[in-house]
Amino acid sequence: MTQTPHISVQNLNVHIGNQHILKDISINIPDKKVISIIGPSGCGKTTLLKSFNRLLDNTPDVKITGKVLVDGDNIYDPNIEVTHIRKKMGLLSQRPYPLPMSIYDNVAYGPRIHGIRKKSELDQLVEEQLKATGLWNEVKDRLNASATRLSIGQQQRLCLARGLAVGPEIILGDESTSALDPVSTSIIEDLFISLKEKYTIVLVTHILRQARRVSDYIIFVYMGKIIEFGPTEEVLLNPKQELTQEYVKGYIS
Amino acid sequence: MLVFTLASVSLLLVIGIGLYYKSIPLLHRLSLTELLTSSIWKPLKGLFGFFPFIMGTLWVTGIAIIIALPLCLFAALYIVEYAPTRVRRILSPFVNLLSGIPPVIFGVWGVLFIIPFIQKYVAPHFVEFSTGYSVLAGGIVLAVMIFPLIVSIISEVLRTIPQELKDASLSLGATKWETIKHVVLRKALPGIIAAAVLAISRAFGETIAVLMVCGNNAVVPHSVFDPGYPLPALIANNYGEMLSIPLYDSALMFAALLLFIIILLFNIISRVILTRLERRLAA
Amino acid sequence: MRRRKIEELFFKLLMVLATIIVSGSFFLIVGTIFFKGVPYMNLDMITKTPGGGFYIGKEGGILNAIIGSFYVAGGATVLGLLISIPVAIFINMYMDGKTFLVGTLRMAFDVLFGIPSIVYGAFGFLIMIYFGIRASLLGGIIAVTLLVIPILVRTLDEVIRTVPLELRDATLSLGSTRWEMAKVVLRQIRPGIFTAILLSFGRAIGDVASVLFTAGFSDNIPTSLHEPAATLPLAIFFQLSSPVEEVQGRGYASALILTIIVLIITVLSEILIKKLSKHKL
Repeated sequence: MTQTPHISVQNLNVHIGNQHILKDISINIPDKKVISIIGPSGCGKTTLLKSFNRLLDNTPDVKITGKVLVDGDNIYDPNIEVTHIRKKMGLLSQRPYPLPMSIYDNVAYGPRIHGIRKKSELDQLVEEQLKATGLWNEVKDRLNASATRLSIGQQQRLCLARGLAVGPEIILGDESTSALDPVSTSIIEDLFISLKEKYTIVLVTHILRQARRVSDYIIFVYMGKIIEFGPTEEVLLNPKQELTQEYVKGYIS
Repeated sequence: MLVFTLASVSLLLVIGIGLYYKSIPLLHRLSLTELLTSSIWKPLKGLFGFFPFIMGTLWVTGIAIIIALPLCLFAALYIVEYAPTRVRRILSPFVNLLSGIPPVIFGVWGVLFIIPFIQKYVAPHFVEFSTGYSVLAGGIVLAVMIFPLIVSIISEVLRTIPQELKDASLSLGATKWETIKHVVLRKALPGIIAAAVLAISRAFGETIAVLMVCGNNAVVPHSVFDPGYPLPALIANNYGEMLSIPLYDSALMFAALLLFIIILLFNIISRVILTRLERRLAA
Repeated sequence: MRRRKIEELFFKLLMVLATIIVSGSFFLIVGTIFFKGVPYMNLDMITKTPGGGFYIGKEGGILNAIIGSFYVAGGATVLGLLISIPVAIFINMYMDGKTFLVGTLRMAFDVLFGIPSIVYGAFGFLIMIYFGIRASLLGGIIAVTLLVIPILVRTLDEVIRTVPLELRDATLSLGSTRWEMAKVVLRQIRPGIFTAILLSFGRAIGDVASVLFTAGFSDNIPTSLHEPAATLPLAIFFQLSSPVEEVQGRGYASALILTIIVLIITVLSEILIKKLSKHKL
């Protein structure tokens, strides 16, 4: 990796209450690639992801030390404006959470908050992002219908469109296909693959097959520490660490 | 056991029927429309126009809800969304303690504090003279009485909104307040309405506190500084004469019946909204 | 961005202000009563009954009202418990499977809970006329019992529901009858029953509209169910209506006494509720 990393984590430690969740994490996330974070449940994958867009701040009893640099700026610098950081990232959570408004308003929500008021501009943005996530043809006739009427797969794609509408650089996905049926899952996976041309994508997943299909790099996290980081094929088929071997054993065999 | 249960529930019906039964003599004498729209209240002549009392009740309750709902909404928002845990733990009990104070104490407080306050500091800006005994006083006292009810229901509703939904908004770069404005409040709206409806029904029936401060003048109020005479105060003030003047007892029972029906309706509407909310969340 | 931050700050201030007003009103009310009532407080107030002319300024105290209120509230709570405990048990343990009926029953009690005390007072009065009872301790107890039953049923119902289903069913599987199971559950929720008693007592002692027509008023402590009984809220009301300043002042002191009684009860019940939820685990 010769280019500057998009995200650079330096000595990140996260305590929630008495538990030391993330232990001295240091890693560089490369630009415009898909990176999957894998590991057993409860090992800190989601915590790591949430530390990138500072959603972790809202967890009760949380203590965060260390630096996370995005495009060179430490996002945990006290002088920095949190909403600007979050605008750079789009988060797709495990279950889709459409906002209680119409399909159109869901996608337009972000841009409106950030100051775009002109209807023509919003119309264009909404259409653009709905097309990018493959939803346009399915919903173009009912943009004003409530977003909750969509199927789960459509809702998740809507959430993706919503996240893309604010013009992020990085997309974060927290096991974002685990609630979906196989067809919707593969649509989303395809989207991730195509979107990496414009965005850096960091995904948390526990489906190794998905990690292999979609990502360029894999990070293996175990008990709050990064055990291994490298290109997908290497980590999955030829892991260097023993713990990694144990974890991916099931997949290889 | 079954008997007790059925008996208790049928209490609702029995009360309704009993009150209706006692109102019948009045209803034979005067038509329902006349009862509800006439302002002439001369029991000795057999004229019973309930309009001023209905209006009195509406004015006092209306003022109470206008004051209490926004205040309690904002307070509940602060307590649930912004307050640090320590602050929340200290503040919450005091809102609950308020609900334990007997109505008559609110009345005494109204007389001691609100009446002079209105008379000396508020009214002079608006009208020439006021004793302070007004629907405004009744409304303020009533508002404080329904604070705990509204705050507790709205807080409950706010707490049911999933953090992930708020996270979704925050992840798009919205501030906490913007999230509340566009997402939380929209989701909480049915619950807020239910709280308001329930609070209104509680306010309609409050007797003694309002009685002590509202002036008890059987006229239709035209400004907040006018005295009023809500329905419960009517019943409470005149029960002594009830049996001596013909039809008076029927009239008061009719007033009670009116109250009963309106409150019943509001109660049921609010409970239905709240149960539907509960069910939607469980699903 | 600046505008957004200012907007948030503005509303945050509004929220804090609202919270201060809402939670501070408790202090405002108790404080006012305290300040106005303390100057007129003396031992006589709680140990003597009104002498002649009490309401125009002569000697005496409000012992009649204090005891009268305790009698009415106590009687109503006991009677209410006798009716509500079976009802709460019935709803929870004998009606399994018929969820719609249970839901409607619960809703009915919720609605009864919302009915204002003046309606119960008026209805109690009707009952009294029907049975030929005069305004008396008995009349007051009847009306207040009606008021208190929904409170008791609701509280008991909620408490019983906190007993885990497994515990309720476990004894059944051991072959005992439903009634024996009920006894076990009752023992389990004893603190909950105390809470219910306190809550209903607190409500009963401070309520005016239900005793207004039904309990009458008297300067003496009632010695039988058929004598009229003075109640604290009414005593306060009458004292305040007097033109004599001294008597009004005594009204404030009486209000203070009632407030203190109710506050003690409320604080006790809050402590009990907290104790209950500790065991809930």
